Amino acid sequence: MPLSVFIVVLWMLAGLLAPLLPLHPEAIHLDRILAPPWVAGGLGYDDLGRPLLDRLLMGTATSFHVAALTVSISAATGLLLGSLGGYLGGRFDAVLVRLIDVFLAFPGILLAIALAATLGPGIDNVVLALSVVGWVGFARLARAQALSVREREHVLAARALGTHGPWLLFRHVIPLVLTPVLVEATFGVASVIIAEAGLSFLGLGVQPPAASWGSMIREGTRYLLVAPHLVLVPGLALFLVVLAVNLAGDWLRDRLDVRLREPRP
Amino acid sequence: MNEPLLEVQDLQVRIGRGPRAVRAVDGVSFVLHRGETFALLGESGCGKSMTALSIMRLLPRPAGRIVGGSVRLDGQDLLDLPERDMRQVRGGRIAMIFQEPMTSLNPVLTVGQQIAEVLALHKGLRGRAAESRVRELLDAVGIPDSARRMKEYPHQLSGGMKQRVMIAMALAGEPELLIADEPTTALDVTIQAQVLELLQSLQARYHMALLLITHDLGVVAGMADRLAVMYAGQLVEQATRADFFREPLHPYGRKLFEALPEMDKRGRPLTVIPGTVPPLDRPFTGCPFAPRCDYRMARCEAEPPPLHRIDGREVRCHLYGGEVHVPPAPERTAPDRPRARRRSDARSPETPLLEVRGLKVHFPIRRGLLRRTVGHVHAVDGVDLRIGQGQTLALVGESGCGKTTAGKAILQLLRPTAGSVRFDGTELTRLRGEALRRRRREFQIIFQDPYSSMNPRMMIRDIVEEGMRAQGIGRTARERHARARDLLLRVGLREEHLDRYPHEFSGGQRQRICIARALAVEPRLIVCDEPTSALDVSVQAQILNLLSELQRDFGLAYLFITHNLSVVGYLADRVAVMYLGRLVEEGPVAGVLEAPLHPYTEALISAVPRIDPEQRREIIRLEGDLPSPTRPPSGCHFHPRCPKAQPICARSYPEQRELRPGHWVKCHVAG
Repeated sequence: MPLSVFIVVLWMLAGLLAPLLPLHPEAIHLDRILAPPWVAGGLGYDDLGRPLLDRLLMGTATSFHVAALTVSISAATGLLLGSLGGYLGGRFDAVLVRLIDVFLAFPGILLAIALAATLGPGIDNVVLALSVVGWVGFARLARAQALSVREREHVLAARALGTHGPWLLFRHVIPLVLTPVLVEATFGVASVIIAEAGLSFLGLGVQPPAASWGSMIREGTRYLLVAPHLVLVPGLALFLVVLAVNLAGDWLRDRLDVRLREPRP
Repeated sequence: MNEPLLEVQDLQVRIGRGPRAVRAVDGVSFVLHRGETFALLGESGCGKSMTALSIMRLLPRPAGRIVGGSVRLDGQDLLDLPERDMRQVRGGRIAMIFQEPMTSLNPVLTVGQQIAEVLALHKGLRGRAAESRVRELLDAVGIPDSARRMKEYPHQLSGGMKQRVMIAMALAGEPELLIADEPTTALDVTIQAQVLELLQSLQARYHMALLLITHDLGVVAGMADRLAVMYAGQLVEQATRADFFREPLHPYGRKLFEALPEMDKRGRPLTVIPGTVPPLDRPFTGCPFAPRCDYRMARCEAEPPPLHRIDGREVRCHLYGGEVHVPPAPERTAPDRPRARRRSDARSPETPLLEVRGLKVHFPIRRGLLRRTVGHVHAVDGVDLRIGQGQTLALVGESGCGKTTAGKAILQLLRPTAGSVRFDGTELTRLRGEALRRRRREFQIIFQDPYSSMNPRMMIRDIVEEGMRAQGIGRTARERHARARDLLLRVGLREEHLDRYPHEFSGGQRQRICIARALAVEPRLIVCDEPTSALDVSVQAQILNLLSELQRDFGLAYLFITHNLSVVGYLADRVAVMYLGRLVEEGPVAGVLEAPLHPYTEALISAVPRIDPEQRREIIRLEGDLPSPTRPPSGCHFHPRCPKAQPICARSYPEQRELRPGHWVKCHVAG
């Protein structure tokens, strides 16, 4: 198992277990305001003198929660609707395409802001808002794939054998659409973490004093010149996780592709 | 004899690195003189294209490398030339044309610009001078109205036209050597005949040497002066055309002849070459063909055969070692088992299994914002067919004539616009939903491309069982497994293949799996849509044998859709010829192939390259291409291309006339 998968697993564990750990993300140490790690130990302290390590771990829980939920909801919705549209064609597809066009006409983050503002602040509403925006990309990708898979002769052969429609969709179309959607989903994790940061900055996501990676970066930018570690710590964490998720996605795709397995004699 | 133009000596090409590198070309030597045509004949993967690419030094990088030997053009070793000078040779002294004219031209440049590019590079011609030369070249390759055509883009030209443009591009540098890599494989027979004739006349006119790479014995017979047979990266035989076609020396060459489906081999199985081409990633201890050879001796496995020279021919086979002796006459490996004749050929059956009347499939052409229908493509435009129980009807025609569409419409995979399809008394066009789905087990389809016709993510077991599950055949999973195993054995595969994925199989094996999948639901009719045209000759023979055995054992009826007339002669009982959406002639196979009534059928048959080089028959040249099915010509669709057209042909579509018993034609002139 490659390093990337290890990092992703670590991220997941941290995200799940952080609330159970004895952390004090909101403890204020007035004597350590903006203290860098090499002076104060740990990962340093922020502008209110709160420990960055504790905040980072608690933020991991938020980021993981938002990213995992949003990506799975939007990828699943997009995969299903897109495959169905591409495979069925006709009226369903026409409606789907218009719907996708309408969603794409808005800048995604603006729509999410509007939604989150309407729904009120809170993590679950952030997930909802980002999913409503996020499924469109997956649906468009899945639809394009399904359009080409539909023309393959094994689909025609299965129809000729008298195979039922749902079986056709789930055995012949969706498995072949899945791979690119899965790869796209790994990229989705990165953009969702960043989008959550944006919403949190506007006060629509996690509410202070709770922490998320995004809110930590946003807050840290104000002290970028005097205390760069405020941005570097969550920034590096974000960078590592996004990179690892992408690499792990590649690894997963290769594992899933039966064609790349060693041929037997 | 004059100095050879091209001299290839002991060429060695490896693909990949390390000890497992594939020996794609393994010690190939031959010479080629000016004005001569030399053919490299071989099946896919034998290294013939790699040889051609190495001469141009265009091997796929970084995997392909030339590791030994020399390629001399007029005494100059091309392998030593710096890349700069090599660029002058490519397109200048040596030009190449490829198999796929569709992908070999740049879609965003006009044809004229692409030819002018070669002229600018190699002849320094620009502006007006270049333009007039482009027109000369287009005229030379027989493109009418060259002034207009040179301003067109590749998509506006037909396949045959594109191949002509490719030839014009190749000629632009006035090459001394022209390499043609399967130049006509992607083209229809009538177009193939045009292009081959063009190549021959151009070669004579410019005194070029032609290196022809092909898998088609017929093309070799019509074109080559000398030829070499390639197997597993080696030349196994080199001879003049006359010598080779009189009697091939190497057992592999003999097998290739015997595996060809022909009319006179009807009723008995074709010879097949057992086994497969050996893996090329290790050096051979003996003769690479030994495991598949009928004349195998102990020596063949122990030491690689040297090249023996006999009467100016070269052959790499131990049979010819020691004193030169005449090898034993080829004996047939497959016994002459006469196939039980199931029926009389000529009569159409009393109660047909399938009866198609007035079948039409029209595709609407939609344009504009509101997607209004502005016209129709008349893909199938009134087709009548009858197939009896256990019979084979061949549906023959060039690409784009609507034969595949007709096949799909008969199976209701595509709903016909009009007409009736009666299968065993049931009108299929009226069946809907569940009723149609239930009936589907009785009629199946096998496709041309064995790669896309299986789901790459399903195991063979699931692929074969899919139909059983859909049709509720076999009550338990165990019953279905047993049946899948039996079917796999029946089509010549092994039980352990059940748990593998499609990518682990060769093209021929995949086609067997597709046949097993179709058989699983116990059909009575199978539509075979070009089932062998993606396969090599030796594999094609295996599949054709299997199909005719299955027909005998299960009483299957076949609708055999193909463009390959020699397969038709071997397998079919009756033949229907299709042109632009309509049948123009139908009759018993012997009648249609030996005494065709319609001028189009005549032209099709005459255009098939013959492997009998002595018998040079007159090729009836068809001018132009298949017209568009959107706006078919007035009167008889064929009259603009017909050599026998009369004034009446342009006015009215001919009625169907039965000129011989069971053999009818739609033509004003025939008979």
